[in-house]
Amino acid sequence: HIQKPKPGEERKITFIDKDGDEHTFEVADGDNLLDIAQANDLEMEGACGGSCACSTCHVIVRDESYYDKMDEPDDDENDMLDLAFGLTETSRLGCQVKMSKELDGLVVKLPTMTRNLQASDFVEKEKK
Amino acid sequence: EQRAWHSIKSFRPFRLAIIGSGPAGFYTASKVMRRHNTARIDMYEHLPIPFGLVRYGVAPDHPEVKNCQDRFDECAELPNFHFFGNVNVGFDISLAEMKPHYDAICFAYGASKDRRLGIPGEDLEGVYSARDFVAWYNGLPDYADLKPRLDEGSDVVVIGQGNVALDVARVLLSNVDVLRKTDMPEYALELLSRSKVSSVRAVGRRGPMQGAFTIKEIRELINLPNVSFDRINRDLFPEDLKTLPRARRRIAELLVKSRTTPLSAAKSFSLDFLLSPTSFNSHSSTQNQLSQITFQQTHYTDPTTKFEASATVSTDDQSPKPIILPASMAFRSIGYKSEPLPGLSDLHIPFNTATGTIPNALGRVTLESTPGVLENSPLPGIYAAGWVKRGPTGVIASTMEDAFATAESIVKDLESGQSMLNYENGGSTGLGWEGIEQIVHGKGVRRTSWEDWRRIDEVEKERGWKLGKEREKITDVGEMLRIVDT
Ligand SMILES: Cc1cc2nc3c(=O)[nH]c(=O)nc-3n(C[C@H](O)[C@H](O)[C@H](O)COP(=O)(O)OP(=O)(O)OC[C@H]3O[C@@H](n4cnc5c(N)ncnc54)[C@H](O)[C@@H]3O)c2cc1C
Ligand code: FES
Repeated sequence: HIQKPKPGEERKITFIDKDGDEHTFEVADGDNLLDIAQANDLEMEGACGGSCACSTCHVIVRDESYYDKMDEPDDDENDMLDLAFGLTETSRLGCQVKMSKELDGLVVKLPTMTRNLQASDFVEKEKK
Repeated sequence: EQRAWHSIKSFRPFRLAIIGSGPAGFYTASKVMRRHNTARIDMYEHLPIPFGLVRYGVAPDHPEVKNCQDRFDECAELPNFHFFGNVNVGFDISLAEMKPHYDAICFAYGASKDRRLGIPGEDLEGVYSARDFVAWYNGLPDYADLKPRLDEGSDVVVIGQGNVALDVARVLLSNVDVLRKTDMPEYALELLSRSKVSSVRAVGRRGPMQGAFTIKEIRELINLPNVSFDRINRDLFPEDLKTLPRARRRIAELLVKSRTTPLSAAKSFSLDFLLSPTSFNSHSSTQNQLSQITFQQTHYTDPTTKFEASATVSTDDQSPKPIILPASMAFRSIGYKSEPLPGLSDLHIPFNTATGTIPNALGRVTLESTPGVLENSPLPGIYAAGWVKRGPTGVIASTMEDAFATAESIVKDLESGQSMLNYENGGSTGLGWEGIEQIVHGKGVRRTSWEDWRRIDEVEKERGWKLGKEREKITDVGEMLRIVDT
């Protein structure tokens, strides 16, 4: 679960949910985005409990500059991102991104799933 | 706000039956209850215990994938949720008997059969269905006696290259001491510890760019200690991998750069492409035991598309000489299949036997399925989710997405006052389980509750603790029921 930020070390993070509503929280360094979202009752599933084994904590970093400040995703994370719905150039797994001073002010979007989920759809989530 | 179905009957909770307790059933239930917290959900499961393929499909050495059970637990603890285990819908209770008491029924019963190849020799000793083998190593009741012939020979061929095929290969090639720490049943570990298997080939009809596996599973196999990986013919990949879409590009990069590890590896794994099995053969016609498999080579129907995911292949009769692979065991892994539940037609619910699915649009069961058409005469109050809705493919995340879509449809229909079950008779009784309890008990069925599962869970964990593993599964339904009754 998440920690209380130390005075003077509050980091801001904003989630934009599926309806486009923004939710901003002050959080502590070291907490990951999945735990933050769940502690605040946002709809992020996190099916594998943050073990990098499911892709249901997919988030899209809004500003490329923030994406570039993060450590690159490792093979395991990329393997799971390959299966994520609506993958973008700035997609990450929420459970693998930890808050830090550099990420203060981060804005992430929760992917919408407006696709018509029919039988054969599960192969076309690829991007260049 | 008041909903139209309320105007049919007095104010009472919306009553939903979900058939099946795998991820599809649970994700549908949790989303419906999140959106509509007065809804009452009765979940039916034919085994005494929940979770479907999360418990009996997902490989024991992938415990992190099973963490979704924590969310299912939370869902099951909600006051409006009730679990009815050991009730086989369609057998212990008919759909026609259930119907009057529910406002809606959601079919989430997965895929319990597997596809056959339909070639000579398929019933020889040593030819197994991957589904049965998976059920055996996961402790599904009634599979302990499968006793695969692991100590008969070294060569195994898996027909198929999906993730299930790779799970089978990985279990066969893993160091058994690694598996001992998992929840694989002791009987399976015992047999695996005596296994002579040292070579596993997973054979596919198409090429690597059409593979049905996901990258994580193939990476795991390639990285297995003490197992070599045969180099794949470079011609099967495009010259410039960068032209590929992301997911397939990453698979191609991985396969191209992975080379055969030194011969010192005691075991080997290979992916063999463009081969279609034509027969399973025994040593002699008097014997009933598999010794080799004959394959015919396939070729791309349109060679210009050979790097596309959808490329098709065919065999022709004058194709080059057949390929023969030695095998003491073979596993058929060409897909799971759903069956129609007995009594679907009593509710006028169609079943597409070709795809093994219940026709639907966004989870609303329809009389016909027309691809791309959203509203297609939905049957009021009847829904589907998971593998029986969209076919037996996709990881838990895709099952979750489609279950959420079904839940959205249910909630939307509810809130917009769509007709539900029994609208033509002035509405349902709303009694749910209470309306059918007598019938089920009358058949001598001992229904299990969530508390009963908790008790079984506890006993499994105790037994596992003594063996130094997370749990030792109880693999007999009779024993499960004895535990809950003592
Ligand atoms: C071998 C294998 C390995 C897999 N490994 C992974 C993995 O590592 N990671 C991953 O993300 N996904 C994995 N999957 C995919 C995942 O298991 C499926 O996406 C998911 O389980 C499908 O969910 P479902 O609820 O539709 O079906 P199921 O999980 O099959 O659930 C259906 C339930 O309905 C019950 N039922 C059936 N008939 C009746 C009846 N008449 N009355 C009452 N109940 C009934 C069944 O007993 C079962 O509990 C794997 C699948 C298989 C087959
Ligand atoms: S929670 Fe499963 S990958 Fe992040």
